[in-house]
Amino acid sequence: MTATQEPTAVTHGGTKPAYKYIGSDRKRVEDPRLLVGRGGYVADMKMQGLLHAAILRSPLPHARIASIDTSGAEAIPGVIAVLTGEDCKAHMNPCMNFGPSTISQYPIAVDKVRYVGECVAVVVAESRYVAEDGIEALEVEFDELPAVTNPHAALEPDAALLHDEHGSNLGYERTFEFGDITKALDDAHLVVSDTLHWGRSAGMPMETSGAIARPGTNGVLEVYCNSLNFSYLQFLVAGALRIPSNKLKMQPVAAGGSFGSKFTAHKVPTLAAFLALRTGRPVSYVEDRLDHLMNSDHHASDRYYEARMGFTEDGMITGLDVDVVDDYGAYLQFGVGTHGNALSQATGPYRFRDLRYKLRAALTNKCQQGAYRGFGSEVHNWVLERLVEQGAKKLGLAPEEIRRRNFIQPEEFPYKIPGGNVYDSGNYPEVLDRALSMIDVEHWRREKKRLREEEGRYIGLGIATTQERSVFSSTEFWFWFDEPAFPITSSPESATITIDPAGQFQLLLHCQAMWGNSPETVSTTVLAEEFGVEPESVNVSYADTSRALPGTGPGGSRYTVMVAGAVRGASRKLKKKLIDIAAHSLEVSADDLELVDGRVQVVGAPERSLGIPDLAASAYFFALNLPPGMESGLEEAYTYDHPYTTLPSADRSDLGVFYPIMGHACHIAVMEVDPDTGRCSFLDYVAVHDAGTVVNPKSLGGHVTGGSAQGLGTSLYEELAYDTEGQFNSATFLDYLVPSANEVPPFRIGHVETPSPYTEYGIKGGGEGGRMVTPSVVSAAVDDALAEYGMHVQELPVRPATIVETVQDAIDARQ
Amino acid sequence: MTTAENPATATDTRTITLLVNGREVTRAVSTRTTLSDFLREDLDLVSVHLGCEHGVCGCCTVLFDGESVRACLMLAVQARGHEVETVESLSADQNDLHPIQQSFAEEQGLQCGFCTPAMVLRAKEILADGRERSDAEVRSDISGILCRCTGYQNIVNAVQNAGRKLSRGANGGAGTHDGVGTSAVDGAETEQATDIDRAPGFDGPAGTEQRG
Repeated sequence: MTATQEPTAVTHGGTKPAYKYIGSDRKRVEDPRLLVGRGGYVADMKMQGLLHAAILRSPLPHARIASIDTSGAEAIPGVIAVLTGEDCKAHMNPCMNFGPSTISQYPIAVDKVRYVGECVAVVVAESRYVAEDGIEALEVEFDELPAVTNPHAALEPDAALLHDEHGSNLGYERTFEFGDITKALDDAHLVVSDTLHWGRSAGMPMETSGAIARPGTNGVLEVYCNSLNFSYLQFLVAGALRIPSNKLKMQPVAAGGSFGSKFTAHKVPTLAAFLALRTGRPVSYVEDRLDHLMNSDHHASDRYYEARMGFTEDGMITGLDVDVVDDYGAYLQFGVGTHGNALSQATGPYRFRDLRYKLRAALTNKCQQGAYRGFGSEVHNWVLERLVEQGAKKLGLAPEEIRRRNFIQPEEFPYKIPGGNVYDSGNYPEVLDRALSMIDVEHWRREKKRLREEEGRYIGLGIATTQERSVFSSTEFWFWFDEPAFPITSSPESATITIDPAGQFQLLLHCQAMWGNSPETVSTTVLAEEFGVEPESVNVSYADTSRALPGTGPGGSRYTVMVAGAVRGASRKLKKKLIDIAAHSLEVSADDLELVDGRVQVVGAPERSLGIPDLAASAYFFALNLPPGMESGLEEAYTYDHPYTTLPSADRSDLGVFYPIMGHACHIAVMEVDPDTGRCSFLDYVAVHDAGTVVNPKSLGGHVTGGSAQGLGTSLYEELAYDTEGQFNSATFLDYLVPSANEVPPFRIGHVETPSPYTEYGIKGGGEGGRMVTPSVVSAAVDDALAEYGMHVQELPVRPATIVETVQDAIDARQ
Repeated sequence: MTTAENPATATDTRTITLLVNGREVTRAVSTRTTLSDFLREDLDLVSVHLGCEHGVCGCCTVLFDGESVRACLMLAVQARGHEVETVESLSADQNDLHPIQQSFAEEQGLQCGFCTPAMVLRAKEILADGRERSDAEVRSDISGILCRCTGYQNIVNAVQNAGRKLSRGANGGAGTHDGVGTSAVDGAETEQATDIDRAPGFDGPAGTEQRG
């Protein structure tokens, strides 16, 4: 049951229960198949008569499609069909859309193209090679329109319109104010302000999105795909395809990484399904890297900030005023949920009460925007930490000291922040202390001085923190609107446990298949904890949507918490049945029995026991051994709803509780910056995270390092760049620089565990934290290294040219 | 992608014979078929993953006459008369992994698994000389293959762990994989697996030499 008031807190404080499986470094159960190259990715599937699709992508940022001559392509032997926006208009509805209804999108552009890379036409052929021949043979005439590329200019009255029906390029606008920001800043001893730009990057998994759709028997369309949140959103795909939801069976397929890029990514499976429906044949569409870079399903945040923060004389933050223009690109497919994320931890780990958050979502001729590890909260954290850093400098406080002074204290939880979200628990001073204990910052401060003087080197130290909100509630997607179309409040997760007649465990998950996270390791670890069987002995599979229970899937660092709740819930039900069967067989009261290491035994008399295989045999084959009225079989399912969410108030003066399971992290980096080349490198890096009770420290450590590496990419290398004409300049991996092992330093990882009072076992989410703090640390360290040149990072990625120019300008100014 | 033959557009075919994972293979292929598509589609070696198909990500890495190459940048016909190894050549049996594959599992040197076969093959190549490698050396060695999940650290650990396993195996008894004694493999490195805070050894700024 979802708690609508503050739930009764489970006390996880004091000593943690002694778990046998949870909390230890165990090998991942996903790995053996991956290590022999049998990951079962969508491109690995073979099918009789399978056709392949290739896409002609728009070379222009903004144009009307005057004509498409498909005859040349259709004449190529092996080409089966050519489809355009006209086919979409005639035979399907717009794709699912969480933004205003006046901005609609189809998987193939209808009437006009709105960004370079948008799908203009699709060729379906007997092989991908032939499909690409077909693409070459298409003749398209465009009537060019003015390209809108600057998000601020997009909002000017004379800007060309992307969507005539919407009437403006302002996709959405809203200002939330909590407390009295004017007074908070007026009364402040110091107000710092900054103009900041977080550049566009993306999750960029090594495997692209893909789907295979096959018209099956009984008129059911089968779709195998590596993206989307299955049972949560399947009905919306069916709606776009104009077929009943029970005639669309979607099967999750393991993915080679997502990081947000496959979250809610619906256009690839929707397109494959549409192609299969139109051709009556099985069709595969797997993006190539060009498809993925310029179109994918979505790029990530691209935000321009004017932000201010007030401080008292002794460094206490008084308030935060944020004005953000977000360059959403051509469509607003996910609404502004990425800003809901920012509001879930808008004040960070700090105690201030006055906050204003003004958002304008600008529509421009670029790829649409969506999820990437942090989902928009990481961007806000960078802004917050940039301002805290600036305040510390101006007040003469060390970065660790200003944070320590402002931290919410451990005894203040649960803590309700301005806006309404609640932080469940935390110990921020302990995380900071732990990080400081792992690296001698005073040593590095001395080294910085010495190396500058003796060797002419530029060393910088960066310290930053982040909140890591986890376990989203769906209210964050609609509280922006006063009259939301679909104000859902559910974001559940389910598990089904079956003990087969031989006593072996089957675990069915109701979500996206493995995305590179560890859903099977986590869920089998919890099952092992409950039943005392080895995790590796459990077989895990994923439900297709024809039999799936409610499930929202991974995203917003929710899956570990939610699947643990689901597996534990199903375990309780199944254990009760095992005990009831045993009680009947042993002729004792169920209250006198316990399940220990896979056997049900009499408390105090363990020699009187029955093993799970014995009980399974009874459940399946010996009905006369069962308690009267009990059903045969051993299967239980459980749907675990969000543990703590509340409704926003009608006037939105309170946004409700929507992201309460709150992790925290502190990173400290020592960087070296070469002022002549702009090269940045790392001399040491410490990352301490608190994700509540840790299920598998090594796996969580892997997520921290992986997320941090992505954060370094966002900070220093990665940029989905458009020129001022709207041309896309990052169409290959030679242009979009994913960090290699040469750029990523070793990270030294520490864990602090402050269990959540609201989740099973006290687990908090931990999948995103690395990327949520690295940009702040890198910015601070680069500034520190080149402080004598007035370096002040205002834009990510920090390009080498920016560093060199800043240094050169400072030198020029001295002369 | 597939290489399903099409008479009008893929008219130019050649018959090639090559050695793949120790077996001689003879096939007719279109001259425009890449080596990676040939391995995946014609030989079902789907461990060869297509990450970018323009030679940057390295996920399609195979060993070509013992040296790592990007299979997406070669045509299948160029492999005629040569030897190709994919990760299946180490072990295709999940229950009987090669020591290098075991090291990746022990160190969690993988998450989504997409770059993993390439990383394992590259590890085999660089460990062939039996020399111990520093953290920075391994980073440089694997820098031609992009991993988006791990942040590389556990891959570096896995490669170093595998090197130790292989050198122990080379000094030990007969084994099932490349002369590596299985006894040297069992239960190895469990003490490391619990020490998540261990300093990984900063031997200089990542990927560059210490200045000054």
